[in-house]
Parts: sequence; structure tokens; C-alpha cells
Amino acid sequence: MPILRILLLRLLTTIVTLAGVAVIVFVVIRIVPGNPIAMMLPPGATEEDIARLTALYGLDKSIPEQFAIWVAGVLQGDFGTSITTRQPVLDLVLGRLPATLELSIMALVMAMILGGAAALTGTRFRGGRTEGAIDVANGMALSVPDFLWGLILILLFGVLMPVFHISGRVTPSLDLPFATNFYLFESLIRLRFDLWADIVAHMFMPALALAIPLAAIIGQLLKQSLKETMNLDYVTLARTKGYGETRVILREALRNAALPTLTLVGVQFTFLIGGTVIIERLFSYEGLGNMAIDAVINRDLPLIQGIVLLFAAIFTAVNLIVDLLYAVLNPRLRHA
Amino acid sequence: MSALVIRDLSVRLKKGPPLLRRVPLDLAAGEVRGLVGESGAGKSMIGKAVLGILPPSVEITGGEILLEGTDLLRLPPKERRRRIGATCALIPQDPLTALNPSHRIGPQITDRLVDILGWTRPAADARARELLAEVQIADPDRVLRSYPHELSGGMRQRILIASAFAAEPRLIVADEPTTALDVTVQKQILRLIAGMQARHGTAILFVTHDLGVVSKVCQRLSVLYSGMVVEDSTVADFFAAPRHPYSAALLAATPKYTDPAAGLNPVPDAVIDAVRAEVAAFDRGAPHG
Repeated sequence: MPILRILLLRLLTTIVTLAGVAVIVFVVIRIVPGNPIAMMLPPGATEEDIARLTALYGLDKSIPEQFAIWVAGVLQGDFGTSITTRQPVLDLVLGRLPATLELSIMALVMAMILGGAAALTGTRFRGGRTEGAIDVANGMALSVPDFLWGLILILLFGVLMPVFHISGRVTPSLDLPFATNFYLFESLIRLRFDLWADIVAHMFMPALALAIPLAAIIGQLLKQSLKETMNLDYVTLARTKGYGETRVILREALRNAALPTLTLVGVQFTFLIGGTVIIERLFSYEGLGNMAIDAVINRDLPLIQGIVLLFAAIFTAVNLIVDLLYAVLNPRLRHA
Repeated sequence: MSALVIRDLSVRLKKGPPLLRRVPLDLAAGEVRGLVGESGAGKSMIGKAVLGILPPSVEITGGEILLEGTDLLRLPPKERRRRIGATCALIPQDPLTALNPSHRIGPQITDRLVDILGWTRPAADARARELLAEVQIADPDRVLRSYPHELSGGMRQRILIASAFAAEPRLIVADEPTTALDVTVQKQILRLIAGMQARHGTAILFVTHDLGVVSKVCQRLSVLYSGMVVEDSTVADFFAAPRHPYSAALLAATPKYTDPAAGLNPVPDAVIDAVRAEVAAFDRGAPHG
């Protein structure tokens, strides 16, 4: 059972990775300057008040002691209490996670569609002006970072031609019947296409801003490997069978050419999730990233720890999914 | 009627030197013709031109390729492709790279039947089974479900041969089909192609650099040098008395496995010079491309 073995091995390395991340984050945010307690109290609070509150949050203990207490809690599913909101970190973080997941996955799908279309069109009309135009567009998409694309999109489709919403996740006045925070997904399941359209109109630009650089990477790499694949013997043999260019590309070349791209998409997708931090801020999108920035500004130590740990867990999960997909797409790996 | 007639086929590198020089070729229905010559003589180029798979860096500058009387070069691209798919097939050189690694064997045999010729899937599957039996593959059901990497080189070449014969083509281009194989497998594959050819009555353009192969499977042969046909004979006449000095030298250069002491007889420089002069004279006298 190779898949099972991969899974078990991955589970082990994941635990080690997460433990490492936990230690680093825990120590770093306690070493950097900035006192969370001082930020909570009104100006003019006495030394005694500060000391009392510090003790209440356990921040008077040594870092190893604090870490031990925190880990003991985490192992029981208690990630502590947010200093700023006084709500359990786990509830806060899991409440925001769906928003970020939906945004990242939407961006990934957009990037695959845009990049895939660019690569296929470029391969179909390779050596001509169309391919040149695609290369130029790819280069431009790649050399501008996602947050700048966000600003450009806001100017274009939020200000000059206001077709999309530039802020938030959903229009606040709407009455939401949702049981979960997966708004996009749940609105579809409940067949509330009115809500779905509103959510997409909010999500479209941040997702596109995240998608554009990744689309360029996918487009370039996939086109490169498609063109190489098109010269292989089995593609030539398929041509002699009577298949036209487009069918040869889709039927013979695409699947084999997609494999190297897939690995890269996995790595790049984790970068994209990292990119949500700034993009969510830019579009006031109520996701994890936006929450992370607030947590850092407020020195909300337990919340920062929870968010970072969750991000780390997402990254390892993405890598695992890519590996499994790779095994599914490449028959030569299935029995290896 | 001839399965294939080629008249004055000229091919060159785009803005470069000629690769084929007004090649004539005639292949009767059910006949096997060998195309021999050294590397770069243009023997594979002829097969590629017929099948419409010339590399993009190469262009046809003149001539006709008549497939059962129809000039392929005058057909619109789509119709040419369909006609080639319906009446011709390729047995490729390297069985290790000629099968798609991510498709199962079954569809790679039946795809042309279903997608191009409009067979039903069950009919095509039955045909695939029949073909695998014909190329002496013992366990057709398992093989049809296998991926290429699960099979040996010889097995894959049998599959490619089965696939080539699937649609009962009039013409098969066999492009050095045994070169990439192990010597012990070469003989079996050669015998298999010859047997299939006899049963199906398919005309074959057999590209090879091995005159021994030609003597076993071909009725006629064309000898090429630098894209020019220097000799066109029946196999019997050629082996009895080659007409052109270059082909005579080529025949003399064939190593004799039965007589290792004889050593190697490379084509003499004088013969090369003479045939080069002939090519140069041809280029001066017949401007083309």
C-alpha cells in the first residue's frame, strides 16, 4: 500500500515540522519588542495593574515555562485565549479559515484556467505572433507582484469601471442564512445564487490579484513542457493516425506535460496562501491573513501562534495533496 | 494499381540545403520496398513526407505524393490528415518512446479506429484482441489494460505493429523498426512484420540501413545518397549485380557475420567523391527548391 505509506510518513514529518514552527514562532514573538499588556491598558495604568494582568496571562513566567503550558493546552485542543478579543483562539482562527481557503482556492482555479489557456494557446500557435504575445503578457504578469495587481485592479474595476466590490467578503446588509463560514460553497449548496453572485463580486478581484503571477508561472512552464512533449515519438505517431493539432495537444501531450508543472504549482500555491495576508488587508477581506496583521499589531501572542500554526498545517497539507495527485496522474509512480 | 507513387519529391531545410532531390518512387500494392542509405541520406525523410510528419524546419519544394492515385500534397490539410490516418500507418523506430506513457495499451491500439474511422468501442476492442493474438501476445486482456512501462521493448514493438495493422492500411512506413531492439528480438520482429505483411497484403516502405534486412523482407529497394536515388532495383538484381558504383560499395561494406576474418570494407573515398560529383552535377543541371 504505497499511498498509505506515503500518508504515514507524511504524518510523521508534519508533526516534526509543526513542532519546529511552534517553537520558532513562540520564541520569536516573545523576543521582539512590544508588550501586549501595555497595549490593552488605558494610559496611566499603574505598575501594579500591569503586573497583575501580566500574571493573569502567564506572561510573567519564563519562556520555556510558558511554552510548556501552551503546548499542554494545544495537545488538549486549547490554543489559549486571544488577548485583544478574549475569545478562544481556536474559534477565532477556525472562523476565519474558510474565508481564506475559499479565496486561495478560487485564486488557484483562476490561475490554472488562465495559465492553462495561455499555455495551450501558445502551444497551438507556437512559433507565431500569438505565442510572442502570450510570452509578453506572461512576462508582464510575472514581473508585477500580487499586491500591485490588487491596486491596479481596484483602480480599474473598483474606481474607473466599478463592476466589482473592492472591500469586504459580502455586502454587510445582506441577510446570511449560512451555518458555516464557507460562504461561497454554502451559497451554492443552498442554491442562493443571489448571495453567491454577491460573494463572487467581492472575491473576484483579490482572487485575480493573487492568481495573475501564478497564472504566468503556470503558463510559462506548461507551455515549455508542452512544446517539448510535442516533439516526442508518441505524439508524432498520433499525428499519423489522423489526429489534428488541437487533439494531439489535448489528448497526447497535455497529461504528460502537466506533471512537472503540477509540482511547481504545489510550491507556488503555498506562496499564494502567504500572499493572502497582504491581499486580504488590501481588500479588507475578513480572512486569516487580515486577522494575522491585526494580531501582530496588537501583539496578541496566543492568536499569532494559532494563526501561524494553522498556516503551517495548510502548507504541509497542500504539499501532501500535490504528492498524491502526482501519483494519480503518473502511472509509473503508482506501483513504485 | 500502385499503392504509392512519388514523383520528383524535393524537400529542403527552410532556407537551407536540399534534403531530397527529385526523388522518384513506385510502390505496388502489397509490395515491400527497402529504402537504404547512410545516416542523413534522406531515407526517413521520404517516409515522413508521405505521412505528413516532416519537422517544422523542413519544407516540401516540389513533386507529387500519389497515394492510390490522389496527390496528398494537393489535398487541404485536414483531408490529407484524415486520408493518411485512414490508409497509412507508421511502425516507429523506438518502441520505448513511441507509446504514450500515461495511456493504457488498449486505447493506443483502438484510438484510430474509434476516433478517426468511427468504429464502435466493442468492435474496436474485439479487433485489438484479434491483433494481439496475431502478433503472438499471450495474455491480451492483461496487456490491453497495462501501461507501456509495464511491458518489455519487444512486447511494445509487437503492440506498435498490431496498432499499425489495426485499420488494414494500404501502406505502412516502417522506420527502422528493429534498430532499437535487442539482436535476439530483432529477428523475431522482422519475421513478424514479414508474416503480417504477407497475410494482410500491405505495401510497406521499409526504411533501414541494414542490407541484410532488405534481403529478407523486401522485393525492391531504393538506394539513396544525399537525398538522391542512385539505384532502384529488385532485390534479386541488386544482390546479384548492383548497377551503381556507390550501391556496389555499400553492398561490399556490409559486414559478413559468417566470415569475421573478412574485416570491414568501408566505402572507398573514390566512390564517395564520384557520387558527390554526381549530386553536384544534378544540382547544377536541375535547379530546384
